[in-house]
Amino acid sequence: MGAYLKKKGWIIGFILLAVVFPFLSQNDYFLHVLTLAFIWMIAVYGLNLLAGYTGYLSLAHAGFFAIGAYALGLLTVKAGLNYWVALALACVITSAIGFVVGLVALRTREHFFAIYTLCVGYIIYLVIDKWDSLTGGVRGLIGIPAPTAIGPISFETPLSQYYLILFFLLATILVMYRIVHSLTGRTFIAIRNSEDLAQTIGISTMKNKLLVFVLSTFFAGLAGALYASFIRFIGPDIGYITVIFDFLTYLLVGGLGTLAGPIVGTFLIVSVSQSLQFLQDYRMLIFGPLLTLLIIFYPRGIAGAYLDFRMKRQARKKKAVPSKQTSYVQQSQEDEEKRVKEG
Amino acid sequence: MDILTQQLFNGLTIGSVYSLVALGLTLVYGILHIPNFAHGALYMLGAYITLTMMLLWGIHYWIAMAVSVLVVGLLGVLMDRLVFHPLRNAPPIHDKIAAIGMLLFLEAFAQLIWGADYRTMTTPYGQVINLFGTTATMQRVLINIGAIAVMILLYLFLKKTYIGSTIIAMAQNREGAHLVGINTNKVAMLTFMISGGLAAIAASLSAPINLVFPGMGHLVILKAFVIIILGGMGSIPGAILGGYILGFTESLGATYISNDYKDLIAFLLLVIILSIRPKGLFSREGF
Repeated sequence: MGAYLKKKGWIIGFILLAVVFPFLSQNDYFLHVLTLAFIWMIAVYGLNLLAGYTGYLSLAHAGFFAIGAYALGLLTVKAGLNYWVALALACVITSAIGFVVGLVALRTREHFFAIYTLCVGYIIYLVIDKWDSLTGGVRGLIGIPAPTAIGPISFETPLSQYYLILFFLLATILVMYRIVHSLTGRTFIAIRNSEDLAQTIGISTMKNKLLVFVLSTFFAGLAGALYASFIRFIGPDIGYITVIFDFLTYLLVGGLGTLAGPIVGTFLIVSVSQSLQFLQDYRMLIFGPLLTLLIIFYPRGIAGAYLDFRMKRQARKKKAVPSKQTSYVQQSQEDEEKRVKEG
Repeated sequence: MDILTQQLFNGLTIGSVYSLVALGLTLVYGILHIPNFAHGALYMLGAYITLTMMLLWGIHYWIAMAVSVLVVGLLGVLMDRLVFHPLRNAPPIHDKIAAIGMLLFLEAFAQLIWGADYRTMTTPYGQVINLFGTTATMQRVLINIGAIAVMILLYLFLKKTYIGSTIIAMAQNREGAHLVGINTNKVAMLTFMISGGLAAIAASLSAPINLVFPGMGHLVILKAFVIIILGGMGSIPGAILGGYILGFTESLGATYISNDYKDLIAFLLLVIILSIRPKGLFSREGF
């Protein structure tokens, strides 16, 4: 139990901190920034599953984020649907488009995949920008309603929205945790490490890649839909390529292919950029080289560097106290050897 | 009919610029197998340096362009040494992310120094001339002539000189080139130098008919990627041909289909090509 607590301590600590935060700080601005950071985290988790665990760098995720946002916006504003129905539909629509795109995109590999998805992302942006009659073009979509109340719980105040989005974030983390630690997650990692080898041992790589792509777009769409209902205004800018670069920065600083990475990276970068407000347009002067240096020296980000550090320390401990760590098999072997020598 | 020839000439002009940018990209890809996303930033810097030279010191257009070629070329070399060389053994996803990091940095850098506003570059060749019944500014004619001259020079350099053939050797087989005594690090640096220089030439030539702003490289680099996939990654004739194909398609599409969606044509083309042939149209290694 103690070890379990120690292992899960981080997660419980994070949840507690997130839940109590609004009571510690009465500042509405911080609450707003943090809620926005939670939305980014959901999207970054989606990207992480694809880029971090399966090794396919998709640059179309800003586009899927925008599709989720516009789907919710259009369904609520123009079709007048109930918010929760629209939210579910937005996720389904994004996943469906993700399925179609993935079907074609995943036939390509490595550089081709990155370039292909970059172009898909740009097409999505251009379509949103130019399709004036549906999306409102550059003027954007105004008046997206806040989530409608479920029974006695309404989501009009910033505080209730904060908790709503926190709930979705926690659900995302839980789902990610379950995926990564399941056989499916192992399959994704096997594909990342060597696609040919994975195929050799009987994994249907195409089926699994398609699954991970759809899952990943689902979370991008969910984040987009939540963003639309939180900000209440969306423009084509949210689908532009700079957004995917932001996601990538969050993911890489936190740690590509780690579970804690998206939280650590997003939180750190968002809070740093808040304190560097005066740099707004020039923040890439710092984040650009940071991204490059990180990928050269710490390719697995902060969370990855921490995991490596812990692993090294454990290895050192093992060396220092070998008797405690030997397994039953080794012990019985040693006993056998002793007996042979004595006998 | 008149519109058609005018549009064909426009297509030729746009195609020349695309070809030059795609050539730099394809050279680097052929040698190092890096899709250099930062190439668009080099293109943008090339335009800004030429512009600054002309405005600040009143240097003549051609000399300003030469300075720009040199500076951007050296920047390319620096990028290779500082970023891509340390990453040569890393998984392919790392190169791409590092290149994106460089792109973001260079763009922010340009915005810091030159500001975010759109600028125009004046050219000493603004006069209008009459060419086979179509009117065009001298600058547009210069773009075509300049681009073709640069392509011929590049071809002669690669095929006829000793140094040029080391680049081809390395593109064909890196280990083999190493075995026969070619210094692959030097060749990589040289390739980046040429690649940056080509981007600067393309930008300086086309800047007077376009606008100069920090994000000017975005669309061009995306289209250059479309072109090198169209022509086969790493293939020089493919990049030239692909550039002109895209240039014509775009200018004709803008006139006869829709001006709003003309940028979409390139990307739709790419999506269709990659859907049918996931490894590009003419996928073969080397030149």
